[in-house]
Amino acid sequence: MRDIIFKRIITLILPFIQVYGFYVIFHGQISPGGSFAGGIIVALGIIAYATAFGAEEGRAVLPEKVTTWAESYGTLWYALLGMVGIVKGGPFLANRLAGIDLGVPGTLSSGGLIALLGIGVGIRVASTMVTLFFTMLEEEV
Amino acid sequence: MGFSMVDYGNMAMLIILAASALTVYFIRDLLHAVIVYGVFSLIMAVIWLQMNSPDLAITEAAAGVATTVLMMLVIFRTSRREE
Repeated sequence: MRDIIFKRIITLILPFIQVYGFYVIFHGQISPGGSFAGGIIVALGIIAYATAFGAEEGRAVLPEKVTTWAESYGTLWYALLGMVGIVKGGPFLANRLAGIDLGVPGTLSSGGLIALLGIGVGIRVASTMVTLFFTMLEEEV
Repeated sequence: MGFSMVDYGNMAMLIILAASALTVYFIRDLLHAVIVYGVFSLIMAVIWLQMNSPDLAITEAAAGVATTVLMMLVIFRTSRREE
């Protein structure tokens, strides 16, 4: 599995995988996709890198401390953004009821809080998939 | 019975979907089961797209690849291919 062709091709297409994943995350409110699918695509890029270069090099890209941090604070970010609605006097996760200007429909900034929520969910899903991969790779059987 | 070509394509895909799902259940070799599950995931993604749901199609394609990779990894880690 560790031959030069595989490594070179992974190195060439990895930036495109990552950019596409972040594109799907950031455009989740106006186009198909969303933070869950985009997070999995971002994680698949890192999984491909770890498959080509070995578990240690893959872990060096995304250490365990970073994935733990991203999982915890991604969830906390979601909860805090949900609390904005309660603080403004609406229900949990309120968007328009909380008095946020939604802008012109169809443009990138028309989602209100949804775009910010998507970033948290995307980071959280990506780090969860990477953690799952490395747990199955490193666990003693 | 006025079926168009798209209808026949959808019927064929649904039949392949059911056949691959049954194959995953009844097959003995776990590696072969993972490969057939990849077929199931691909056909399911195309069916979501046919049903005007590109959102779920992207998610199914991405999640199908991810779970296939993870299951194949576990099979090669344990090197136990018979269930």
